[in-house]
Amino acid sequence: MGFKAKRLLQLALAPVLLLMGVIASAADGGLSSINMSPGVTEVGRQIYDLHMIILGICVVIGVLVFGVMFYSIIYHRKSRGVTPATFHESTKVEIAWTIVPFIILIAMAVPATTTLLDIYDNDEAQLNVIVKGYQWKWKYEYINEEGDNVAFFSNLRTPQAEIYNTEAKGENYLLEVDEPLVLPANTKIRFLVTANDVIHSWWVPQLAVKRDAIPGFINEISTRTAEEGVYRGQCAELCGKDHGFMPIVVNVVSKEEYAQWFANKQAEAKEVNDLMAQTFVMDDLMTRGKSVYERNCLACHGANGEGGVGTPIAGSAIATGDVSGHLDIGINGVPGTAMQAFGGQLNDVDMAAVITYQRNAFGNNMGDLIQPIDVYNHKKGQ
Amino acid sequence: MTSQASTEYEKYYVPEKSRLAICATAGLILSIFGAASIMNDMTFGDPEESTYSWSIFLVGLFFFMATLFSWFKIAIDENIAGLNSAQLKKSYVLGMFWFIFSEVMFFFVFFATLYYVRSLVGPWLAGDGEGGRMNYLLWEGFEYAWPMMETPQEAVGGAAVQPIANNGAFTSAHTSMAFADAHAWYAWLPMWNTAVLLTSSLTCHFAHTNILKGDRSKFNRWLGITVALGMFFLYLQFMEYYEAYELFGLTLNSGIYGSTFFMLTGFHGFHVFMGMTMLLIQLLRSVIGKQFTAEDHFGFEASSWYWHFVDVVWVFLFLFVYIL
Amino acid sequence: MGDHHHGPAKGFGRWLFTTNHKDIGTMYLWFSFAMFILGGFFAMVIRAELFQPGMQLIDPAFFNQMTTLHGLIMVFGAIMPSFVGLANWLIPMMIGAPDMALPRMNNWSFWILPPTFLLLASTLFMEGGAPAFGWTFYAPLSTTYAPPSVTFFIFSVHVLGLSSIMGSINIIATVMNMRAPGMTYMKMPLFVWTWLITAFLLVAVMPVLAGAVTMMLMDIHFGTSFFSAAGGGDPVLFQHVFWFFGHPEVYIIILPAFGVVSQIIPAFSRKPLFGYDSMVYATASIAFLSFIVWAHHMYTVGMPVAGELFFMYATMLIAVPTGVKVFNWISTMWRGAMTFETPMLFSIGFLVLFTLGGFTGLMLSIAPADFQYHDSYFVVAHFHYVMVAGAVFSMTAAIYFWLPKWCGRMYNETMGKTHFWISFIGFNLTFFPQHFVGLAGMPRRIPDYALQFADFNMMSSIGAFIYGASQILFLYNVIATIVAGEPTSEEKVWDGAEGLEWTLPTPAPYHTFETPPAVK
Ligand code: HEA
Ligand code: HEA
Ligand code: HEC
Ligand code: CUA
Ligand SMILES: [Cu+2]
Repeated sequence: MGFKAKRLLQLALAPVLLLMGVIASAADGGLSSINMSPGVTEVGRQIYDLHMIILGICVVIGVLVFGVMFYSIIYHRKSRGVTPATFHESTKVEIAWTIVPFIILIAMAVPATTTLLDIYDNDEAQLNVIVKGYQWKWKYEYINEEGDNVAFFSNLRTPQAEIYNTEAKGENYLLEVDEPLVLPANTKIRFLVTANDVIHSWWVPQLAVKRDAIPGFINEISTRTAEEGVYRGQCAELCGKDHGFMPIVVNVVSKEEYAQWFANKQAEAKEVNDLMAQTFVMDDLMTRGKSVYERNCLACHGANGEGGVGTPIAGSAIATGDVSGHLDIGINGVPGTAMQAFGGQLNDVDMAAVITYQRNAFGNNMGDLIQPIDVYNHKKGQ
Repeated sequence: MTSQASTEYEKYYVPEKSRLAICATAGLILSIFGAASIMNDMTFGDPEESTYSWSIFLVGLFFFMATLFSWFKIAIDENIAGLNSAQLKKSYVLGMFWFIFSEVMFFFVFFATLYYVRSLVGPWLAGDGEGGRMNYLLWEGFEYAWPMMETPQEAVGGAAVQPIANNGAFTSAHTSMAFADAHAWYAWLPMWNTAVLLTSSLTCHFAHTNILKGDRSKFNRWLGITVALGMFFLYLQFMEYYEAYELFGLTLNSGIYGSTFFMLTGFHGFHVFMGMTMLLIQLLRSVIGKQFTAEDHFGFEASSWYWHFVDVVWVFLFLFVYIL
Repeated sequence: MGDHHHGPAKGFGRWLFTTNHKDIGTMYLWFSFAMFILGGFFAMVIRAELFQPGMQLIDPAFFNQMTTLHGLIMVFGAIMPSFVGLANWLIPMMIGAPDMALPRMNNWSFWILPPTFLLLASTLFMEGGAPAFGWTFYAPLSTTYAPPSVTFFIFSVHVLGLSSIMGSINIIATVMNMRAPGMTYMKMPLFVWTWLITAFLLVAVMPVLAGAVTMMLMDIHFGTSFFSAAGGGDPVLFQHVFWFFGHPEVYIIILPAFGVVSQIIPAFSRKPLFGYDSMVYATASIAFLSFIVWAHHMYTVGMPVAGELFFMYATMLIAVPTGVKVFNWISTMWRGAMTFETPMLFSIGFLVLFTLGGFTGLMLSIAPADFQYHDSYFVVAHFHYVMVAGAVFSMTAAIYFWLPKWCGRMYNETMGKTHFWISFIGFNLTFFPQHFVGLAGMPRRIPDYALQFADFNMMSSIGAFIYGASQILFLYNVIATIVAGEPTSEEKVWDGAEGLEWTLPTPAPYHTFETPPAVK
């Protein structure tokens, strides 16, 4: 290669190095909009380093290969009056460029293998959380030795108005939920990932956790949470209509705060238990029902009960018919359709509220009240 | 095969334009449209409503079959008219060979599926690995055995308890099709099936050696026996299905055991039916049309390869579905 | 019967009933272009919806139908048939054969396609809408949770497979049996070689796809439990079967493209292809490896770690034979006497962008890193680099390269070059930013996205419209050439081109090589 070739290589290298520099510094400066984020966990950092290594290797190979190519394009063109050479093979060169990439690959495989083995190192976790995907929300269930479990659903909180552009979009547009998963900091956590209906995938980039949630199977993945903070992610496996609308928010808090939160949750659960025994008046049920409806049913049955994926509720034969038929669909769903069994997802108070709401909103005006005890009895009677 | 054998040039027969392809397409598309509609009527449809699905399907199928029939007839007539060069005949040989290869791959999928569910999925569901948590949390009480005599769903008490997606309730088989449950070896149909099919492969081979010697009447006799054995196999297979459904409670709904059992044996049975039909046509060609000579009998040869292929598949099936 | 010395028949019947490889090739090419427009139209709908955050034009359910049909139609309707069309036109001309080995079956393979895609597209108007479960149709979204139109989809896939298998058997028989005397295997043009291997892949894996959809059909309508844990099956089983087909499928898409580029680069470098033998072996190695890497699409399903390692190593290995190809092309250019007509521009575009896509493929193959990349837009960027800049660019190059030979008229070079540059810029503007949003955490197959992805998505959409619009230029150029291009009758349209097809008169006669040419 002559002097010109070197110049050319330098010229070609310059923008690439620049780009690499920008990418790397952007990532380190927290401007993670064009590169993978190293995240907040040990594993995340390792994956990020691995990513940068292979990216770097590819860039270097690319610069060399394209450098040669562009050199040839510039200097070996007909308009320069060259006469073409006639060589068409060279066993030596061909063997070389079979072996050299192979060696490069081995060099890549080494850190890849160690990182993978680290990820799979599933030693005992301090906390087990079942993560269960539903169309289109997540359910989190804490299991600990004492047996008093806490479980709740986590739904998209972004209002329809923002999605349909009638209101300005908030900062965490589409990445906000009504109830985040709360985890203690500096703790080894094991996620037991599964699904209720179709395959989902639980992905929080900053925690470097992505595992498919497969109905009927449990996938385990553990991580050690580090700093406190709010980490957001999304469902990463096409799971139907609202696949884009089932975000994940993980709130990592100090251990004390976590203990406090957990105690509150347990108290809340007890409260609901107490509510079960209560009798409600129409207004209470309608307010509660409206919010339950918006969180659970609106996606399919529409804001005004006009239907969508689901059949219309406004004027529906079932919602204006026999109460027990209506309860039945709410609790057991319609097998083989998108209408799931909500019996296991909503507590009896919420179920009573939403059924009451459906029977009285959208111009259905049935005027009847359903109490938690009715739901309880209906479930019993099955 | 790198050197072209003859330097002498034979003209390759390129047929004039032909309506066959377009007719076959019409028939095929109609029949798949009909078949899909029939199934949708069955699963999603309103039982009250009457539809034309069956008519579309049958018309399409008839048209398709009729086209195929005339297609083969034309190909045979061309051969008899001496239009086919040695080179074209070799194209047919290659065509048949690669077609059978594609069929091998089709069966490969179902054998691989059987392996996967038997050796991996079952133990997983029963709590192998993941500290047994999978079994404890989702399928408590499910114990794995093959043949699967209790589905995971049954183990946990039916759909109401475990709302895991499925289209219906999976029941389990009452009895397995393996030898252990047969009353006596001579009452065990699969063994007779194996004997019948292996014999038929042999008789098919005898037919071949006889046509190579130019002995048509012996050829006809052996081929006739082969076809008869094929039919007998299908009859036994039918009996076996009858027993499975009526006596053993093994149905398509019987969880994965029923699924793999019927898919493997069902597709094999269907291929036996096709192979038998092919051989039957060759027999008729020989008996009625006095076709085939010691040198030229590719129609028969191709069908016989197919027959041997179906036979080999059965041997694997017998081994993996019934014995192991 | 038997006398072929007259030209094509007149009228519509010529196309319906033809057994001529050139007619059939032409139909394949036009059909695939129509599908490219349709699939491209769906892509435009996707990009328009993704232009800004928020739902503007369509609803999420319809978005999923668009994504699904876009993928399916591009892969099965546009790319695969386009290369089959090319094979039909060129293989007989390249190996000195009078026609394809089995001409009537050839016609049938083609005619199955249009009504099948019509059926597939008509699912858009069926109750419950078109399939909306992605081109990979993972169970149980595609079984228990699928719209009724899934049944029509399943049968469409069956007959598409039938068409591909017949087409491939035909190509194998042609190559194995119809070569002119002296045309040994190791003298065949690389395009023929790559197609021979592609055809083998097709015959091997289309039945596997048929098996996958058959199991779906049984699960949906006949109560089996292949993909349901409740009955002892496993949804992941579907993914194994699908990708056992699906990975070889992506090489089915790219191998003929390799073949095309291996014809074009030597022609415009005026120098023989470097490393012919190693090209052949590399192609065969890629085909072999393609059977043992399928689970790299499934790193996150929770495989045992030994499985992850095996599939990771096997996948990484593919870089070696592919690298051999890339190096050979560049060595072919080295010390040649290059000119840069449109086909060469597209081939160089292919070389650069495909290699970029290959690099991202290699990154994806690293299992632990793929835990972060998987199902993000990084993957979308990867496969559009290899499929659009790979397969579509090389197909475009092929059309510019052989069109003058086919119709005896020269296309407009300026327009061709303009097409290239707009395509090149538009393409990169569309798909390069997708690497960024993907790495930053944007999942694929979503109709709406968080605000931090907005800028790059807008860029991407603008690029997509530019790239799409540049195809109008292409369409216009091709039609203008056929109708009123500068006539040319030189046998060698390109002075550096080598091969039997360039020994034929221009335009290529309706019947080629009635007597086989002698090959030294
Ligand atoms: C034409 C189609 C095509 C081609 C050719 C490829 C080529 C490759 N692909 Fe790609 N791929 C797809 C189409 C294709 N892919 C599609 C459609 C998907 C998504 C499917 C879906 O989910 O919808 C996908 C997804 C996909 C995944 C899954 C990602 C995920 O979902 O998480 C992976 C993972 O390993 C992968 C890897 C590779 C590799 C290693 C190659 C290799 O063949 C690339 C080899 C080439 C090079 C490496 C460059 C040249 C080499 C050199 C210059 C030599 C020196 C280089 C080194 C030593 C580094 N691909
Ligand atoms: C070979 C296959 C192929 C090709 C050629 C393309 C071409 C294009 N694709 Fe892609 N694509 C896939 C295969 C392909 N694609 C696959 C397999 C998927 C995955 C699907 C899944 O997730 O299941 C996918 C998914 C996919 C997505 C992700 C969707 C999602 O995850 O939600 C996007 C988004 O930008 C996209 C965009 C495009 C664009 C802009 C083009 C452009 O190149 C198209 C350009 C072509 C035209 C526009 C048509 C011709 C133009 C005219 C006739 C002129 C008129 C037009 C104008 C004036 C604008 N494609
Ligand atoms: C994922 C989508 C989805 C969600 C969420 C959903 N439904 Fe449904 N719903 C459906 C579908 C689909 C049907 C139609 C079922 C059928 O085909 O019979 C339906 C039907 C119904 C019906 C019967 C209406 C009629 O007259 O046919 C009622 C009542 C109902 N749902 C109540 C609810 C309640 C209460 C909730 C929330 C707690 C809810 N649905 C949430 C999809 C949904
Ligand atoms: Cu849940 Cu995607
Ligand atoms: Cu792949």
